[in-house]
Formats: sequence, structure tokens, C-alpha cells
Amino acid sequence: MSAALSDTAAPAGGEAAPPAQAGGTSPGSGLLQVALALVLPVAILVAWHLATEGRTYSLIPSPSAVAVALYDLAFGGINDDAFSASLLTHVLASVGRVYGGFALAVLAALPIGLLIGRVPLVRQMLDPMLQILRPIPVTAWLPLAMIMFGIGPRSAFFLVFLGAFYPVLINTVFGVRSVEPRLFEAASMLGCRGSAQFVKVVLPAAMPAIFTGLRLGLGFAWVVIVIGEMTGVPTGLGALIMEARQLSRTEIVICGMIAIGVAGFISDRLVTLLGRRLLAWSPNHG
Amino acid sequence: MAEPTLPILSLSHVGKSYDAGGRRIEALRGANLDVARGEFVCLIGASGCGKSTLLRIVAGFEAATTGQALMWGKPISAPDPSRGMVFQDYGLFPWLTVRGNIGFGPASRGRPAGEVRDTVDRFVELVGLKSFADAYPHQLSGGMKQRVAIARVLANDAEVVLMDEPFGALDAMTRERLQDELLELWERTRLTVLFVTHSIEEAIFLSSRCVVMSPGPGRIDRDIPIELARPRDVSASDFNELRRELSGMLHSHHGRLAA
Repeated sequence: MSAALSDTAAPAGGEAAPPAQAGGTSPGSGLLQVALALVLPVAILVAWHLATEGRTYSLIPSPSAVAVALYDLAFGGINDDAFSASLLTHVLASVGRVYGGFALAVLAALPIGLLIGRVPLVRQMLDPMLQILRPIPVTAWLPLAMIMFGIGPRSAFFLVFLGAFYPVLINTVFGVRSVEPRLFEAASMLGCRGSAQFVKVVLPAAMPAIFTGLRLGLGFAWVVIVIGEMTGVPTGLGALIMEARQLSRTEIVICGMIAIGVAGFISDRLVTLLGRRLLAWSPNHG
Repeated sequence: MAEPTLPILSLSHVGKSYDAGGRRIEALRGANLDVARGEFVCLIGASGCGKSTLLRIVAGFEAATTGQALMWGKPISAPDPSRGMVFQDYGLFPWLTVRGNIGFGPASRGRPAGEVRDTVDRFVELVGLKSFADAYPHQLSGGMKQRVAIARVLANDAEVVLMDEPFGALDAMTRERLQDELLELWERTRLTVLFVTHSIEEAIFLSSRCVVMSPGPGRIDRDIPIELARPRDVSASDFNELRRELSGMLHSHHGRLAA
């Protein structure tokens, strides 16, 4: 269905190249695709239900208990405890930290990546150090971050920043280094030379790779948010999970996990949509 | 305005050698060539004869290791919009549309937006790509891409157009059409063209002068004026005679290499 649509959207004309093949042909209609995507989750839900429902001493709450807890967490009116109707507050706090830390990471990683990729002197100075810092997990930074930035949101920002920084940086460097040399020749014979090439050639040419980095970076920002919010912040999905864990409210822990999954998924879709617009020129993205 | 006698391009004893894997390779030796304004010069020869190296030195992409390359009497030291290059692999900017590619040069040189737009309109029309003006390169055929590559060089006020086997990747029909279009452009404007090819027929069909080069080390062998009347007929007897003559020159090099 979608393949037929993109066929007619391609420019017509005797000399036109055939449009790129739609990647990954999927069997059947959209309905079938949805059904296929649901098979495994439903199976897990059923198994989970059968293993937990009606057992008084189960450490893992049943799906229905989680559903009730999720409703209460979102809207309140059932338990009326400290967690009731607090979901939005936690989501907003985490979204703020994820995007804040991610934005800082992009602001730092993009220019550094462009320079490392393009200027040998900068590469020689920064690359070895970054290669050694890179394998250090964000968790390992936690104690030091709390000493440097104190208990609270600044440490959380820093950790999310760290998580998002390397994917953006590495993909930017890769993108810059794989720009076709021909394009620099073309630009310079057309009168675009020196640092003007950064903006007019390097950045757009590296954009597909940079974009992959942005997607990965934002994903990592969500991955590390729980660690980032172990730094003693009162709100946020990570804080929610840590607090519920200490109170043995496992159903709330699972609600927090679901919320992170959904929020991460939605923000990935948003970045992908943005990418489709920005990379309409690229046969692999458009 | 320069004196009429001054050649637009002048190469004297131009040589190029470089180290590759500890071996010194001489790509070009002692090339002398004067090109007058408005000439259509083809550089022809087997691979390794230095024809592309010569073109890249004139473009300013590479520096000569010996001798000197001049344009209007001034040394060529860097790429310049006055010498536009058309690459075999097009070298278009994939993130720009046809319009964006053609406007890249004028915009980079700080022309006002309105002027850039007018220039782009003119050259989009000139190369017959009006209905594809907003298409991206990956949506174009090879022939269309090469038209864009030619248009962006002309839109940027190139006096010399350097073409490195520009039609080598195209199918025969498209190649013939582009050859005709290029000749028409060349006759209408006062362009100077330096055209690298390994097709004897293409060289005779297009050029006002054929420069025959040979490998090992790359050098200029012969400089043959092509005085056939235009439009040229590739099946005419005088065309065939020239083809035989040039073919003989090129093959004698092969024989010498094999011996």
C-alpha cells in the first residue's frame, strides 16, 4: 500500500531514474502487521497473568494489579497514597532532564565532532582521551557526579548528558570523516572554501550519520534516566522507581518502567519524524 | 581585458610525481600546452597517461611538482570559479535540489538572493530541467545529473570548463545527446573547454584540437587540430580517416609498452 503511494510520488518522465525500492517488504496488510506485533506481548501478558494471579505471596504483582496501580498513579482515586495522581509530575520532570541533558550533549558533541572529524590537530589532541573515557559506564560516574554537582537535578543532568554525548559525538565524527572528498573539490571549485565548507558541505553531508547519533543519544538519555535520578531528586520516573522499590511497591516499579518505555518510544518517533523532514534528500531516509 | 594573443591557459614543463608505497611514481612529465580562448581541446590517451592529472593541475586541485600552469598569465595555485570542473561521478550535493546545486556557487560567492534566483532560473531552463528543478540528485538519471553539473559550473561564470570523462558513465544514447547539447552550448557561448576522454570518436566529434597523451611516464605526444566542418558526421570518410590516424597513434603506444 505504502509502496504504491511512493511510486506515484516520484518524479515522472522518460529519463527519470526508478524510485528507490521501499525497504523491507512486509507480508499482508496493516491490520496483519499490528496483529503480528501484538503476538509476543499478549503471550507474555497471559503467561504473567497465569503465573501471578490469585497467589497471595507472589513477589511479582499480577498484570491486573499493575493496571490498577497505573490508573491510580495517573488519575488517583483508588489508593489515595503518596503515589496517587503523581504520574504526570514524574513524567514531566524526567522529560525535562532527558531533553535538557540531551540538548547539552548535542550542543557539545556536534561542534567537537565536526572538529575531530575535520581537523587533524584536534583529533590528535582529543581522540585518545575520549576513547578512554568512553567505555566508563554512566553508573560508574554516579558517585563522582554527586560530589562534583551535589545531590539533586544537576547531577541528573550531568549523567544524562554523559549518556547522550558519546553516541552523538561518535556518529558525528563518523559522518564527517565519510564525506566524499569529491564534494570538497566541487565546493572549492565553485568558490566555497575554508571554514565556509563546515556549514555548507560538512554539516549537511554528515547529517544522516549525525541523525543516527541523535536517535541513539536520545535513546541512551532515556536509558540512563533511572541512574540519573538516583542522585536524590524528589521527582522523575527514575526517582519514582527507586522510591517504590524501597517501599516494596513493585507494581509502581513496573508502572515506572512502562512509562519510561512509552515516553522513550514517543520521543524516538518524534526524532524520526523530524529526520524524515530534514533528510528528504537522502535515498536511505526520505 | 587581456591581450588577444595571451592564451587563456598556458602550461610549461608541467610535471607531477608522488610517492606511493615507497615508490616514486611519475604521473606527468614535461607537459607543454597553450589553449586559446574559445578552443575545445580534448585530452586523449590510455589510462595512466596523466590526462586526469593534467586536468586536476589546471583545476588547482593538485600542485605541479615541476613547471608552471598559468591562467591569463597568472599562476594557478588553488581551485577557482573561473575554472569549473565537471566530474565523471557528477559530484553533486545530494542534500540540495537541482536549483540548490545550480545556485550553490553564486550563493557561496555572496551574490544577492534575487540575483541567484534569476541565474538559477536561467540555467535550469538552459539545460532543460525545468520540470525537475525541485528534485534531488538521487531522483535524477545520469544524464540529468550531468546536465546539472554542467549548469552549476556555467551559472558560476566559469570561463574554462574542465571535464573529466564526463559522459563515461552514461549510456550511448544519452551520451550522444549530451555531446550535441554541449557543442551547442560551446558554440553559443565563448567557453573554453578542456575535455578528458578515452574515446577517439568522442574526441574527434567534439574537439577543435586533440592532444594525444601516452603513459609511462604520462606525457603529451601529439597535438592535432581537428578541422572537420561542424556538425560532424561520425560516418563520413574524413572522420574515419582521422579516427584511423588517432587510433594508430594510441595503439603504437600499447605496442611500445608491451615490447
